[in-house]
Amino acid sequence: MQPIIVIGTGLAGFNFVKELRKLDKTTPVVMLTRDDGRNYSKPMLSNALAKQKDADALAMATAEQTAAQLDVTIHTDISVTAIDTVNKQVELADEKLAYSKLVLALGADVFRPPLTGDAVDQVYTVNDLMDYARFTKALAGKKKVLIIGGGLIGCEFANDLIAGGFSVELIEPMGRCLPMLLPEPASRSLQQGLEEAGVKFHFGPLAQTCNQSDDGVVVGLSDDSEIKADIVLQAVGLRPRISLASTAGLDVNRGIVVDRMLQTSAKDVYAFGDCAEVEGLVLPFILPLMAASRALAKTIAGTPTPVVYGAMPVTIKTPACPTVACPPAPDAVGEWHCDSDGLNSKCLFRGNDGALLGFALTGTACSERQALSKELPPLLA
Amino acid sequence: MRKWECVVCGFIYDEAEGMPEDGIAPGTAWEDVPEDWVCPDCGVSKDDFEMVEL
Repeated sequence: MQPIIVIGTGLAGFNFVKELRKLDKTTPVVMLTRDDGRNYSKPMLSNALAKQKDADALAMATAEQTAAQLDVTIHTDISVTAIDTVNKQVELADEKLAYSKLVLALGADVFRPPLTGDAVDQVYTVNDLMDYARFTKALAGKKKVLIIGGGLIGCEFANDLIAGGFSVELIEPMGRCLPMLLPEPASRSLQQGLEEAGVKFHFGPLAQTCNQSDDGVVVGLSDDSEIKADIVLQAVGLRPRISLASTAGLDVNRGIVVDRMLQTSAKDVYAFGDCAEVEGLVLPFILPLMAASRALAKTIAGTPTPVVYGAMPVTIKTPACPTVACPPAPDAVGEWHCDSDGLNSKCLFRGNDGALLGFALTGTACSERQALSKELPPLLA
Repeated sequence: MRKWECVVCGFIYDEAEGMPEDGIAPGTAWEDVPEDWVCPDCGVSKDDFEMVEL
């Protein structure tokens, strides 16, 4: 029997294989990865400075250790050039590997809006362990970091860099923190917490240029102002990695389109995690990744199991103001009801019939997270 | 009483507090937390938790 091939050794790939091996200890599994295959947790990348952990400390296992522990073959530093869904082969630089089933756990790329200037190479992004290693090496001896992007990642890194002793300024064009995940009162509570910790915000302008200056870089904004910094971190959003699937003829939209069984438009090819789109939903978080990895493992082990998403609040790791976001479904109809006092906001999204459809909590209100989650409808029943 | 940290997301299970919302009484030792319990923040299972060294 041809092996199950998994492309990607992030949390998605490794958790799928771990769950599969609980049910199927014998089918050969081959994992392919572009990187060094070390097992690490992406959520931990944005609070590692506070814990004084470098990239090596964040790596939980080498590829060899994981391969032995899970009884799989892992090929690192691999570039997959194409997927042949007719002959059921994955094409590499110099060989073709046949699969019985293929799992795409490719993740997402950082979106890089165009910046011009002669110091664009000093704009860093952190989306994996190797990025983190590069970034922390570049941080050595530096004092001031400018963060472009006030979403989840930008705000977590802002808090972590402050904890690491750096001075931080942050640019967010949409006017407030986490505009896509939080209602305004919760954004303002988080902003207050981060400001009290020392973060300086610039809401409204876009970063346009990054040029060398005498002692660092200078970033030019769309309102004609400039901000000087030693180093720049850009965190403006993720785009699912769809090009391999698209070139192979699979249906793609924002992500690789999959059904409730996590199967793509090609038989025996599956996708989940940050690269996939399930019923219009692209959810780059761990709770949906774990639900999907368990369902897919059962399906591939022989018991077709649709993925089910319950209520899945997102914890934002900003110790300066703990925050939990559980936004309503994109098509939900209703209103936010917010009770906000400084760092503490309790925001509830209720439908016209009064049913709870979403929430956002900051500060002491976070203690209500479990109780409120239980009142919510599932995201995908 | 010990604390256990989720290695994926940093959530802390504190034995002294338990997780009453999940039916786990305060004071419940880690070994006595049901094997099918998952991290409330990120969904990973018990074997992805490590004891926090004091």
